[in-house]
Amino acid sequence: MTNSIADIQEAKSLLVIGSNTSATHPVIATRVRRAVMDGARLVVANPIEIPITKYATLHLRQTPGSDIALLMGLCRVLLDEGIYDKEYVEARCENFDEFKESLKEYDLDFVEKHTGVPAEKVVEAARVLAANRPGALLYAMGITQHTHGTDNVMATANLQMLLGNVGKAGGGVNPLRGQNNVQGACDMGALPNVFTGYQPVTDENVRKKFAAAWDVDEDMPGEIGLTIPKMFQGMADGSLKAMYLVGENPMLSDPDIKHVEENLKKLEFLVVQDIFPTESTPYAHVILPAAASMEKEGTFTNTERRVQKLNKVLEPAGESKPDWWITAEIAKRMGGTTFDYESADDILKEINKLTPSYTGITPERLAGGDAPQWPCPEEGHPGTPILHTAQFARGKGFLVPISYKGPAEMPDEEYPLVLTTTRSLFHYHTGTMTRKSDGLNTIHPENVVLMHPNTAQELELQDGEMVKVSSRRGHIDIKLAVSPTIGEGVVAMNFHFAEAPANMLTNPVLDPVSSIPEYKACAVRVEKAA
Amino acid sequence: MNTIKLSINGKEVEVAEGATVLDAAKALGIEIPTLCHHPSLKPSGQCRVCAVEIEGQRGLPEACATPAVDGMVVMTATDRVMEFRREVLSGILAEHPRECPGCDSNQNCELQNLIEGLGIDRPYVAPTVKEKEVLADNPFFRRDYNLCIKCGRCVRMCHEFRGASVVVMKEVEGIQEVGTPLDLPLPEAGCQFCAACVDVCPVGALALLPREFEAEAQEIGSSLPGNQARFLKDFYRGGARKEIVKSICPYCGVGCQMIFEKQDGRIVQVLPDPEGPANLGQACVKGRFGIAEFVQHPGRLTKPLIRENGEFRDAEWDEALDLVAEKLKGYKPEEIGVVASAKVTNEENYVIMKLTRGLLRTNSIDHCARL
Ligand code: SF4
Ligand code: SF4
Ligand code: SF4
Ligand code: FES
Repeated sequence: MTNSIADIQEAKSLLVIGSNTSATHPVIATRVRRAVMDGARLVVANPIEIPITKYATLHLRQTPGSDIALLMGLCRVLLDEGIYDKEYVEARCENFDEFKESLKEYDLDFVEKHTGVPAEKVVEAARVLAANRPGALLYAMGITQHTHGTDNVMATANLQMLLGNVGKAGGGVNPLRGQNNVQGACDMGALPNVFTGYQPVTDENVRKKFAAAWDVDEDMPGEIGLTIPKMFQGMADGSLKAMYLVGENPMLSDPDIKHVEENLKKLEFLVVQDIFPTESTPYAHVILPAAASMEKEGTFTNTERRVQKLNKVLEPAGESKPDWWITAEIAKRMGGTTFDYESADDILKEINKLTPSYTGITPERLAGGDAPQWPCPEEGHPGTPILHTAQFARGKGFLVPISYKGPAEMPDEEYPLVLTTTRSLFHYHTGTMTRKSDGLNTIHPENVVLMHPNTAQELELQDGEMVKVSSRRGHIDIKLAVSPTIGEGVVAMNFHFAEAPANMLTNPVLDPVSSIPEYKACAVRVEKAA
Repeated sequence: MNTIKLSINGKEVEVAEGATVLDAAKALGIEIPTLCHHPSLKPSGQCRVCAVEIEGQRGLPEACATPAVDGMVVMTATDRVMEFRREVLSGILAEHPRECPGCDSNQNCELQNLIEGLGIDRPYVAPTVKEKEVLADNPFFRRDYNLCIKCGRCVRMCHEFRGASVVVMKEVEGIQEVGTPLDLPLPEAGCQFCAACVDVCPVGALALLPREFEAEAQEIGSSLPGNQARFLKDFYRGGARKEIVKSICPYCGVGCQMIFEKQDGRIVQVLPDPEGPANLGQACVKGRFGIAEFVQHPGRLTKPLIRENGEFRDAEWDEALDLVAEKLKGYKPEEIGVVASAKVTNEENYVIMKLTRGLLRTNSIDHCARL
């Protein structure tokens, strides 16, 4: 997030797109609610009538995968009506003319045709956002999990720049991170292209700095490594032979499960380090039992870049050990000389030294009850609640021309419906944790596929019956839930359930830049279960 | 910002514009009793326990809902005020069954505190006991509206914060009641089970379901007559040695700070921390009710396992770690992939990253940020 969670309450308007906030980030939804209670206008863009639409000024129900048309369409209205923030754009942005040129494509007919949102609603939304500033834009996986997710993200930034909403309290482009420490894992360089604090592996000086601090050979590789989906391709063609898998369950979380299973089987050596057996552990050669979050010390970085201290609540179960201890032990046995850590604090001190944005986030400070937001470049620095207040990281904000791309797989005669995957308030990710709770399972025991009454009628299907949902990749049996909260021709289901795994159906085609698979739109057919 | 000067009980005070009489009194350290008021909610002026006298105003305005005005002269504890408050309280008590022992909120009840503070020293009309069914329609908390004092806090919390508006104030046969529309069970009324309503209930009307250690008392108690069972429950609760640790919810990217209540080495209750910088006292069903069970689940992996001839067998740490190190050494950098995790700590991701780049000599490290 460019801004803070508490800051959402300062917004005069809110655009929530591709996020079922009250299910996936319930506490952020309370801030949205508070803002609305104080008079902010809420615009929700989502294929489903999610709970927060109850208090929205407008609900734009776009077809899954048509977000670029919607966002660029909003930009176009702002320009056509002359209601964008001219001063801001002049002072802080560049490439305006080319951007304007690229908007030609997005007239209201085009936007309505692709998004299914009536033109007048698009115009009204643009006016509401322009008249109520500053406004915050919140988005989640509904924006990123597309073959053109990177373009979607740039489109959100375009819109917020035109509205003059970036770098201000109550504004911002705010991706809501899914898992508790996605932000931290990225910050720590658990990515193929960067060390900690996004220091690029392609920079020789950076590599030298780390090599020296770690006491290893200077010639660390400078070319970017493989992303998870590419690793799976490597397994398929036999070029990737060994894997060290920590705390992940690719069997449920990756698109196209069948192919994941086949590939895991092909590995010569698989180490799985986790707290529970998962659908992936049967393929492991060695399983290492890890301590759970509540059983160890360390830090997590939340979606607003806030580094918070995790305290040990319980002793580790059985012989399980904190992940840092396990990895350091492996490293020492492989000849690592700088892995003698006594505690998580020792590691954080090393991170402080090597990571400019984390330098001031020291163990002492966290122990004192502080939880600063990075960048926090020196000791005593207050942290940074709002990014880009004076200027953008690259200087001026770049308005990006974007040409329209829809979903990679469009409905056709054989697979006439669009499937989008969703998340439940009561379950989390692949369910490894939440499906162990009796309470949560009682409230939300099984997966259903959501369908509009008219679509159900056309297909002669009844609410509550078992149906078979098939795509080009596979099929699953699942209970049907008929509800007008979803648009016609679109169906939706959660991806938390191993017994009805949505990712049996989803399309593993990737965004070329981010490598994120298209979970949010694929073509399916629904019929009575055999 | 403009400031406002007023006097309370003869003392001058300056407050920011928008402050209420209650805020001004607080600034002076003067206590005004409240009941329906809650610092995180908008004032409602419902219960009138906070009545004060203000010069030039007729009646007794509510301190919690009256904005402070320049030159205001306020008296918070005149005989008239005190008498009025006692009257209000008697009215509430007339409808509140006084069965404190055994109540989930005994010793931790704002109504009890108020009685003590105001010193109700005369007999009051015994409550007409209305036997409403205790509602236990979900696995997390129960509602006993026999104890409800209609302060409306739960209603405001659900509406103002959660935007769910599951519980509402309604009129049933001319009497104000709290509940769901059409008395629907909570799961059908769209409840999120955040239990934020339970957190703000000043009495025992809303309470979390018994924790493990109390369930035992409940069971023994079920064979005893009413009063004895209640005393037994209190005894158990009093005897519980609770330990408290603050930590962070491991589920979503909000990073709610939670208060973990422990007993005998087990988590018995998880509550949102009002001091949590990201959550400010809020949380959701996963953090509150979904942590203890998975962390303490019997299905956890507790020993290193090595697969041999298609079967997993227990191993010691040394053996397993040696094997992993030995094996990994046998592959070329481009033959190895490492998947770190968005669920483990920063420090752990760092060490995994360091092992991958420094020793395995590859940049093929990723985690499921994208998935
Ligand atoms: S648990 Fe949450 S959603 Fe349910 S009634 Fe209480 S405040 Fe409302
Ligand atoms: S249930 Fe509790 S919070 Fe709700 S109105 Fe009754 S006493 Fe107040
Ligand atoms: S309590 Fe709920 S909202 Fe808070 S961090 Fe946990 S999962 Fe997220
Ligand atoms: S506390 Fe002020 S009216 Fe209830």
